[in-house]
Amino acid sequence: MNAIYLDNNATTRVAPEVLEEMLPYLQNFYGNPSSMHTFGGQVGRKVRQAREQVAKIIGAAPEEIIFTSCGTESDNTAIRSALATNPGKRHIVTTRVEHPAVHSLAARLAQEGYRVTEIPVDSEGRLHLEQYAKSLSPDTAIVSMMWANNETGVIFPVEEAATLARNRGILFHTDAVQAVGKIPIDLKNSAIDMLSISGHKLHAPKGVGALYVRKGTRFSPFLIGGHQEKGRRGGTENVPSIIALGLACDLAAQKLTTENTVVKELRDKLENALLDSIPRCRVNGDRVHRLPNTSNISFEFVEGEAILLRLDEYAICASSGSACTSGSLQPSHVLRAMGVPFTMAHGSIRFSLSIYNTEKEIDFVIGTLPGIIENLRALSPYWEVGDAVCARVEG
Amino acid sequence: MWEYTDKVKEHFLNPRNVGEVENPDGAATVGSLACGDALKLTFKLDDQGRIQDARFKTFGCASAIASASALTEMIKGKTVEEAAKISNQDIANFLGGLPEEKMHCSVMGREALEAAIAHYRGEPAPTEEGKIVCECFGVTEEEIARVVRENNLRTIEEVTNYTKAGGGCGNCHEAIQEIIDRVRSEGKVVTRPKLSNIQKIKMIEETIDREIRPALQQDGGDLELIDVVGNRVLVATRGACASCAASHLTLKQVVEAKLRELVWPELEVEEVTS
Repeated sequence: MNAIYLDNNATTRVAPEVLEEMLPYLQNFYGNPSSMHTFGGQVGRKVRQAREQVAKIIGAAPEEIIFTSCGTESDNTAIRSALATNPGKRHIVTTRVEHPAVHSLAARLAQEGYRVTEIPVDSEGRLHLEQYAKSLSPDTAIVSMMWANNETGVIFPVEEAATLARNRGILFHTDAVQAVGKIPIDLKNSAIDMLSISGHKLHAPKGVGALYVRKGTRFSPFLIGGHQEKGRRGGTENVPSIIALGLACDLAAQKLTTENTVVKELRDKLENALLDSIPRCRVNGDRVHRLPNTSNISFEFVEGEAILLRLDEYAICASSGSACTSGSLQPSHVLRAMGVPFTMAHGSIRFSLSIYNTEKEIDFVIGTLPGIIENLRALSPYWEVGDAVCARVEG
Repeated sequence: MWEYTDKVKEHFLNPRNVGEVENPDGAATVGSLACGDALKLTFKLDDQGRIQDARFKTFGCASAIASASALTEMIKGKTVEEAAKISNQDIANFLGGLPEEKMHCSVMGREALEAAIAHYRGEPAPTEEGKIVCECFGVTEEEIARVVRENNLRTIEEVTNYTKAGGGCGNCHEAIQEIIDRVRSEGKVVTRPKLSNIQKIKMIEETIDREIRPALQQDGGDLELIDVVGNRVLVATRGACASCAASHLTLKQVVEAKLRELVWPELEVEEVTS
């Protein structure tokens, strides 16, 4: 049975063209791009091409791209660099719904003595822009704000937020790993100073990422070593994966329209059909300002892990913000920040599609999930007394 | 992904005894929506005072559902006094073990059973008494102390795995550590009397017959004691166990753990073919 893979915000399949492109660099062309000989030099040229491809998808210049090992490294590099180059400033502004790559780093920096402000979101996952503006101070070294949320797909007004930061002389970083390739991004006339990209979220392999650093931005490297990446990131380049990332960005740019029409329509079909056929469920997050591929739906009075494992019996892959799947005993920090009631938060399922999904797959999920929910609700002690319990928990 | 045993998966996909007993003799609900899992247990006695029917409803993850299903299977046919002896470890063992992080599901089963028995006896539910230590999950000092004692827990992380206490804001970690320290200093360093070989073999045989074979036989499997050499317990698997890929795990996790607990802490189970 082939898996129906609706977990593309977790990771994606490597595009067949991408795999084909990178394989020769694992086999025949294994030279070091820094070498003086032609054998290595031809690899260097290919890395240069990849840098141009990555730059192009975000409207940047090639020299503004630093290759890294993953989105997390890009995030850590950006934030640590901003702090290192602004030693007098001790304040960081971020949001309550960041990916752990930023969220946990901010917690660590708070332990190290930095002041951290986490801007809240409303019940739809939208940023409190006024509170954000008020939080910026002369002591603020950096703002780190995700472009699009990995759990709900909600898109933040990063350009507006970046402009507010720039007007106060504050560096602005955005974790755009979920946004690149799904929505148009153009940094040509942007106030964004740094932006993180992850390869495996856009059909390149795991283990490669990139960080955009605007020309003229003071920078302090995270990995100290050789002169690779112009001394901005030590360590021999992960050549095959960098070449893969380059082509993946090219392909993603070509498929951007598909993503926002075909994929979006499939997502909407799935979402609307589930909302219609299953009582007491709802979409988490702003449905307007949202990635075209993501749908986060809560099914009241059932638990997310149970839903996922029943879906797994049909080889349907999704993920959940429930406590039991996180290992942290509490539902996802994103849903909690949005004030999603417990009756809903534990039963949240995230579907994230890609261009490889078919209508047939979506129809199969639409036909399968209602029975699973009904079956699990029959097990739930809260289901028949639903309304009464709901009122108590929310009140 | 959690590593669930086949038995956990099987009870999750095909839970036994779902629902509620009409006019139950004992009934209780433990857990809450906020905590992410809850279990409602009801049972009815026959005229011999044995649990004739037991049913459950669970809101929770796969292991919570499987633990509740297992619990109902375990208590049916038992007297209330017999059922009251079931520990959370017994529930986990019945399922061939649970991931450490999910042990709280077995504890929830034991709590529901106790509360339902208390209800039957007209007593207050035991979990509702005492000072709350973990505000996030509403876990009392007594409950933590008891789980530490019964499961021989050593760290805050283990307490969180077994009770959820400490898994939220973390403000109670110091209090949990104090409870662990207190319980562990209760000076119950058990000095076991030295066993003669004859005694040891006899106890191993009895334990296997009483504690292990009935559970295996339910699944069409069986276990035979071949020999005891020092602390090495040589056994052979029979029936469904002999062809089951997971039987090695069962031997180590269940059989060895049980023998170490009840007979001698240094025993090692080895499978032999015969």
